[in-house]
Amino acid sequence: MNSNQLIEADAFTLRRRPASEKLIDLGFKQLTLLLASAVAIVLLGIFLTVFQGAREAISSFGVNFLITSSWDPINEQYGALVAIYGTLVSSLLAIAIAVPLGVGTAIFITEDLIPNSMREAIGLMVELLAAIPSVVLGLWAIFVMEPAIRPALNLLHILLGWNPFFNTVPQGPGMAPAVLILVVMILPIITSISRDALNQVPMELRQGAYAVGTTRWGAIFSVIVPAAISAITGGVMLALGRAMGETMAVTMIIGNALNFDLSLLAPANTIASMLANQFGEADGIQVSALMYAALILMLLTFMVNVGAQLIVRRLSLRY
Amino acid sequence: MGKQSLITYDNTTLFERRPLHFDPNLRRNRLNLLFTSIAGIFAAIAVLPLLLVLFHVLMQGGRLISVNLFTQIPPPPGLDEGGIGNAIIGTILVTMIATLIAIPVGVGGGIYLSEYSSKGWFAKFVSFGNDILAGVPSIISGVFVYGIVVTTRIFFDQSYSAVAGGIALAVLMLPTVIKTTEEGLKLVPQELRWGAYGVGASKFVTVTRITLPSAFTPIATGVVLAIARAAGETAPLIFTALFSPFWQEDVLSPIATMSVLIFNFAIMPYEAQNELAWAASFILVLMILAANLLARWISRLARV
Repeated sequence: MNSNQLIEADAFTLRRRPASEKLIDLGFKQLTLLLASAVAIVLLGIFLTVFQGAREAISSFGVNFLITSSWDPINEQYGALVAIYGTLVSSLLAIAIAVPLGVGTAIFITEDLIPNSMREAIGLMVELLAAIPSVVLGLWAIFVMEPAIRPALNLLHILLGWNPFFNTVPQGPGMAPAVLILVVMILPIITSISRDALNQVPMELRQGAYAVGTTRWGAIFSVIVPAAISAITGGVMLALGRAMGETMAVTMIIGNALNFDLSLLAPANTIASMLANQFGEADGIQVSALMYAALILMLLTFMVNVGAQLIVRRLSLRY
Repeated sequence: MGKQSLITYDNTTLFERRPLHFDPNLRRNRLNLLFTSIAGIFAAIAVLPLLLVLFHVLMQGGRLISVNLFTQIPPPPGLDEGGIGNAIIGTILVTMIATLIAIPVGVGGGIYLSEYSSKGWFAKFVSFGNDILAGVPSIISGVFVYGIVVTTRIFFDQSYSAVAGGIALAVLMLPTVIKTTEEGLKLVPQELRWGAYGVGASKFVTVTRITLPSAFTPIATGVVLAIARAAGETAPLIFTALFSPFWQEDVLSPIATMSVLIFNFAIMPYEAQNELAWAASFILVLMILAANLLARWISRLARV
């Protein structure tokens, strides 16, 4: 051992790192590097697997896949318009309903409108709602929610039946109940991100607003919400991505239609539900067509998520 | 000046004297009350679904709880009786496989991001990729595993299997575990690391004996939440773990899980199957709520 041959004074003050220790250190660093690379590998692997699977369908259907609505396994003609339209409409409608509800709830539990214990209770309940599995929400939607809201949907049909968006008689599964269950699923995301954003707004901003004599809601609308708007927008984008990819609850309640229908009361379809329903039993070019649809879903959610990250990172609060 | 709408005054009497006591009839105060009520109604609407879902799951599922539920397998379509014993074991098994994969990889990756490189381009890329991976729809993770494990028959020439399902769930758990590990480690005071180096500890010893244990609470909280979320996932399992109406004999064959059982049985036109779906929901929801409360309890331990 080299260290034994050092002069005595040195031996007490300096400890030479033995080669084994350096080896362990280096090995551990490389190991964690390898494990961190797993993220990149998985992400790349997902993209390559889906792209590879979709290649056959891309070459035989091309861009027409996006704008035709026939899904015909017998004649091997596939077009994903119904599913793409359903994905976009269901997620955008769900966002339109969930944003006011979620941001309103977040304001209600951050702005000192009610006692602290009630605020914590509501916050806890919203978080627990996020923990309920989507398949359980789907079960609830089939047996409880959809029968309960059908009279209301019927009323919509009677009142607005002249309108192409409401011109079918609601008969169970359809776009409208799917949108409502999506609202339930993304509400916790919007609420908790908005709550964090509002909590980060410095107290001085609120005090300043109150000091010049605004009311509480004057301060909320013209000072607090504008200060937190970038984080809230990022959260809404994340929720939009989640809504587009949400599978189980939507699959169970949307009706999995193969034909295009503008009506919100009629059965519809989304890319994710199409995958959940058909992937297990498909073979040949149908698998490839489903992979093509999966690729489109991936690109859609990818764009929305990258947008969300950029908004959150670029525009995050600076005080 | 567009933002005056909530504050009413006219320019001539800008400094009009007003009594200091609260006047509920002023327009601004009435508006204030109106908005507060709207926000309160929104909050009530946001809480309502949880209460309704819990109420129905507990009522519909709770009355079906019996010993048979845990000891028997599902009946063939059209017949009564039976239980979901195989699906309960299946959920536990698949979630365990996913946990065994996701925790070492996720904690290791989190250590790298926090302790070795937080500014390099690679760490930034991994960190960004992690956020993107967290946003990948769960069904896509199923398609991915279907493509690389099920169709290639990579594990002993088996296609659908518990292992494939576990891998698909691990893909979903990974981003959460990495993120919570990274953030938990970043909360550890720098002085602790300096102290360890000061007494001559190597980087490896510092990380494993000092930094990691002091970040145990946030990491454990995140891991428990990730496990709870994975246990309820269905979409990645439909065409990786598939389903099986029998007791499980090994991890390389299709396996029943509670979540896939709920999906399959909810859309069947048989009363007995629908009831088993409610019973499975009851058990699954109780397990997940218990895990969530456990996670809250762990994170509260740290604050004391």
